[in-house]
Formats: sequence, structure tokens, C-alpha cells
Amino acid sequence: MTRWATLAIAALCCVSANASEYVSLPGGRFESVLPQGPVPTVSTPVDVKPFRMRNVPVTLAEFESFVNAHPQWRRGSAPALYADARYLLDWSTPTAAGASRLPASPVINVSWFAAAAYCESEDARLPTWIEWEYAAAADESRTDARSDPAWRRRILAWYERPSAAQLDAVGSAPNAYGISDLHGLVWEWVDDFNALFIAGDSRTQGDPDLLKFCGSGALNIIDRDSYAVLMRIALLSSLNGADTTGTLGFRCVKPG
Amino acid sequence: MRTAGFASIHRPFGALALIAALCTSLSAGAAAPVRAAGDLGAPRGAPIHAVLTSPPHVPTPTNRTYPAKVIVDLEVVEKVMPISEGVNYTFWTFGGTVPGSFIRVRQGDTVEFHLKNHPDSKMPHNIDLHGVTGPGGGAASSFTAPGHESQFTFKALNEGIYVYHCATAPVGMHVANGMYGLILVEPPEGMPKVDHEYYVMQGDFYTTGKYREKGSQPFDMEKAIDEKPTYVLFNGAEGALTGDNALAANVGETVRLYVGNGGPNLVSSFHVIGAIFDQVRYEGGSNVQTNVQTTLIPAGGAAIVKFTAKVPGSYVLVDHSIFRAFNKGALAIMKVNGGEDKAIYSGKELDSVYLGDRAGANLAAVSKAAASAASGTLSLDEQVRAGQALFAGTCSVCHQADGKGLPGVFPPLAQSDFLADLNRVMGVVLHGLNGAVTVNGQQYNSVMPPMTQLTDDEIANILTYVLNSFGNPGGRVSKDDVKKQRAVAPAAATASTH
Repeated sequence: MTRWATLAIAALCCVSANASEYVSLPGGRFESVLPQGPVPTVSTPVDVKPFRMRNVPVTLAEFESFVNAHPQWRRGSAPALYADARYLLDWSTPTAAGASRLPASPVINVSWFAAAAYCESEDARLPTWIEWEYAAAADESRTDARSDPAWRRRILAWYERPSAAQLDAVGSAPNAYGISDLHGLVWEWVDDFNALFIAGDSRTQGDPDLLKFCGSGALNIIDRDSYAVLMRIALLSSLNGADTTGTLGFRCVKPG
Repeated sequence: MRTAGFASIHRPFGALALIAALCTSLSAGAAAPVRAAGDLGAPRGAPIHAVLTSPPHVPTPTNRTYPAKVIVDLEVVEKVMPISEGVNYTFWTFGGTVPGSFIRVRQGDTVEFHLKNHPDSKMPHNIDLHGVTGPGGGAASSFTAPGHESQFTFKALNEGIYVYHCATAPVGMHVANGMYGLILVEPPEGMPKVDHEYYVMQGDFYTTGKYREKGSQPFDMEKAIDEKPTYVLFNGAEGALTGDNALAANVGETVRLYVGNGGPNLVSSFHVIGAIFDQVRYEGGSNVQTNVQTTLIPAGGAAIVKFTAKVPGSYVLVDHSIFRAFNKGALAIMKVNGGEDKAIYSGKELDSVYLGDRAGANLAAVSKAAASAASGTLSLDEQVRAGQALFAGTCSVCHQADGKGLPGVFPPLAQSDFLADLNRVMGVVLHGLNGAVTVNGQQYNSVMPPMTQLTDDEIANILTYVLNSFGNPGGRVSKDDVKKQRAVAPAAATASTH
């Protein structure tokens, strides 16, 4: 009986997960808002290798399927070291989000460890910050729309809205790479979230708290108008690997 | 939340050096255990949970004579609230209000601070208390993800009023969204007793829509960077401290305001219209300035001002960078109730029309008369019309438009027995009059200044107008008559030269 229910849920998942696919990104020279070179005030472009990225964040239905296949990642079973007390707490049962939730909305309240395990289960990994930032620099028509004030305003507008009671389904208008929902739906885990504040500058190394101080953000950010990206970095840097929040999901990448 | 341990993964040598440096300074401190100024010793008694208040209220005095451990619980909530009538804004708050909850402790207290970030928050937040001695004012130790809680402890070494605010990047946006408040560190002997204490805090706000544009208004980062606020407000909303929400006191009571300025950008020229601050602890420091009209409160600063409500009425609190008060909302009201004290303030004693020295109304008549006079064709009617315009601008302020004057104050020109001696009248206009005169049987004792600005022409026209108006018998004064009188020395002791 239980087995049948599991299968039924799995079937449901595959229907609603149809939209999800890995899209190829070409890679290339990219300027991060975070300094990548020895001098924190000077931009040092880096080479991003080609990679494939999920076109939408992992959905509730997909994550239900995952915890059914991997009982150790169910709420109550996942060790506290890898998932805090809020992990999947929004679900009605440890294996199902519940009828009140949109199966195609992004999974939230997941820890970095759980997200990494999910990606591993489909032979993928979490994106690095640079990969995520590179993909998210695009808008619908341009691969790098970051200098456009309108692009920034659109992103900030989401930050300004209080959390919605019910998240929308994934799959908003795709950007120039064919990737959806990088902005405006949820925050997303990245593989190296805990290294974001460490600057290459010898003056600042060993002080990962730097960006937490008033005004210090300006010391370590190359494009000081990049509030849109900066705030995402601030959110990610506030977290530990076991932490979960009600607006934080993830997506996975594979080698190109 | 994250610790230096993460850094050490990447830079083990840097971290070791840092630890070594810390050990050195710690052992140096241990060798000479000197208590810091303001450290009144270990906390005593049972831990106390601080009672926080929402603005404009201030917690009651601690009334404590010993240093204690004080536990502060402060919750960060992101919520939509009205910023003006019909205008909604997403505020980020400490304790659900803008400014945030008022915290009151005593110098020497050990404060165990719990910062809770509501699970519905989108943003991580932290707190930098300017009353904390330590890096970041607590910011680094309180960086808190949504749905989490951070704890840190500090000793309140310095007494005074201090701003606290969120310092999470981008700090300007967090502050612009309302994340600031005040913490009072009482001196050991407590604050001197007053009848009322209130909590007022200014902030500047940046919305994409214009001032009072209805609907939901998002934050405008560009305006914030340009330092061009849409609103400048006391306590986070238009109307937060006006109407039914006005601050209140009774005549004779002393009022202490803890006034902060959250910014993020503007400096406040804080002023209470109609009151003089008896005392100001400017910049929140220990120096007391007395008899202050307007005190400057920097962004990220605060002041303690004290005054006594002496006369009833509505006192308006403003940022005296005055366009902010009238075009951006920086207004609050303190309502003082009680009996009048006419010896201090009379209320209105006189309400009359004032047209200025030369009201522009009908100067056409004056120039026409001047032209006619030049060509030798000046008629009585032209003289009267020109005189009427000049009278309205120069004379009617005191003698009134109907020429009846004000009994006991300004003598009448209407049916005035004083007009019988025209030479004397011309002398008064030319040279002024200072001292007692009797007009129509009533004595007047005041001053009329010499009308040195009027030409002979103009005086002739004014007097001709007076003679032919207000029920007076008529007559005519010429330019030459005035010219002759001007040459005559001022008559007797009653005439004033200046």
C-alpha cells in the first residue's frame, strides 16, 4: 500500500517535472562583483568553463520524490548536523508537502547538505557562486544585463516584497541562456556559499566578518551599484550548511 | 554565525597569526587587570528581562543601584505598514515598529542580547549598537539568517543615549527601510526626574513614487544614493505623532525627549516651534547646553532635550531644514494642556490689515497725479485718488482704513479736531510725533515716526484725501504748502526728529 502511494507520488512528480532540464551555457570571460584578483578594488575577470544548469529550481514534487527514494533525507531522519529544526517543516508529512502546496513551486527550507545530496542523486552538483552569478547576469535578451538600472530595479523589487504566503510555480520567462527563476522567486544555495566573503587582499584575509560591518561592503565589492547581487551574497553568507529558510531553494549543474 | 574557522580552511597561516595576536593581547590584559571606566563590577541579583517599548514611549527608569545582568529580546520583522495616508511601504523593523523598540539599561549592566530574525523574513539582519564597546558594535556577532536567533553579551560601559541599527550589507538599504532605534544607558544615579519622557526618531525614506503618491511604494535605490528623500519623517510615518497620536503634557510639567536620527543620509536641525530647550545633551554626550533653540542631530546620532511646558497649545516638532517639514512630512505635535499664562504669552492682541509700506495696489493713481502735478493740471479728484492709494499703503496700518484709529492707541483722522491746524498736521507727518496729544478729547501717548520716505507731492495728496474723506469737511493741501512746512524746524518738544 505504502509502496503504491510512493509510486503514485513519483508519477506525479515526473509529470510536473517535465519542465526541468539541463541547459548548456557556453562559459567565457566573466567579471564578478566580488574581487577575484589580488587587489580588491580592481576587477579581475575570470574564465567560466562551459557547464549545464537546471533551467528551473528543484520543485516540491521533485524533492518529494527524492526523500521517498532516500529516507535518510526525510524530515526527522536527517541528522541535526546536516539539517536544522526547520528542515522541510512546511511539509504536512515527512514525505509530502501537502495538498495546499503547488507541486511545481520551488522546494524551500532545505539545508545545503540536503541540496548537495539531491544534486548528487542526479549526477550533478550545486553551482559555484561564479557559475550562478554568470548565469544570473542575463535578462531575457542579453547575457549580461547588469549595467542596466532597470534590470537592477526589477531584482530589488522582489527583495522589497514581503514573503508570499504561497510561492509561484517555477518556469517564469527564461533568460538569454534559457534559464528561469534566477531572480524573483527564491534565494538559491551555491556550492561555495561559505567562502563568499573571503577577499584575496592580504589586508582582509582572515576576516570573514568584514562584510557584516556597516560600510565595509564598499571595501570588497567592485561594482558598488550591484545591490541586487550584493544582497544575495549577504543572505548566503549569513548561513551555515545546516540552515534552512522559507525563501531559500536550489538548483543543480552538470559539467558542460 | 559563521566563524573564523571558515577562513582558516583557506588561509591557515593568516588565521594562526590572528590567533597569536589575540593571545598576546589577552595575556597582556591578564597581567594588569584594570577595570575599564564604567565597569561597575560583576552583575548582581537575578537576571532581568528588559521591558522594551514601542515609540513614542520610553521604558520606566531602572531604579537600580547595582549592576545587573539584563536580557534583551529583540525580533526583526519585515512588514508592510503605511508611510503616509493611503501609501504602503515594506519596512524592515526591530520589534515591528519604526523606529525600533526602545531599550533602557543602566551603566555597568551586562547585557545579554538576543536578536531573532522572523522566519518570514527574506533578508539576513544584524544589529550594531553604538552603545557597545567592541568590533562592529555587536554586528559581527549578531548576523542572523531568517528564522534564526543570535546571542551576544556586552557590558554597557558608557552612559548616554545611543543609536542602534542594522549593519547588514547593503547597510544603507537596511537603514533606509527603518532598521534603527535607541538604547539608553542610564548613569548609575539614574536620569533626573521629569514628568514625561518620549521617544522620537527621524529618518529619511526613498520611494519610487512621489511624496504622498498612493499605493504600494517600493524603495528607490537611486534616490537613496543621490540622497534625495521622498519623505523625512518622525517615527516612521506621516501622522505618527500628530492628531490623536500627538505627544501630550500639561502646563508646568517637564518633558524629556530622546531624539534620535536614523538617517540614512540627512542630518536633522531639530527644533520645537514655540519652545526653548532648557537643556540639551547634544550628540547624546555628557555636556549639557542650555537655552537652545535648534539642535543638530547627526545621522546615526541622538540627543536628549528637556523643556518645561509653560503655555498651553500645540507645539510643532520639526526638522528646521524646513522644506522637509512642510513638503516631506517631518512634523510632530506636542499638545500642552492647561491654563493660559498671559504674562508669558498674551495670545493675539491685534489683528489688522497690513499692506506693506507701499502696497502695489493702486500706484497708477499716484503716478498719474505726479504727471498732472508736473504739467500743472492736477485736479482735486486726482489728488484724492493718489492720496487714497498712498494712505492705504502707509497710514491705514495705524489710523485704520476707515480713519477711525484705535481708541487709546492710534488717534482718529475721521472727524478729528486735530485737523484744524493743517500746518501742525503737516509737521507731524514730516517730522513725526512723540509724546502725549489730545484728539477729540481723548489723550494718546505713543510714537509716530517721521514719514521721511514721502515726497512733498505725496504728503499733499494724502492730506487732501484725508480732508475729503471719513466725514471730514474737505479742503486741499498743495505741494508748496508741504514744502514750506518741511523748511520749518520741528515744532516744540512734542515733535521727534527720529
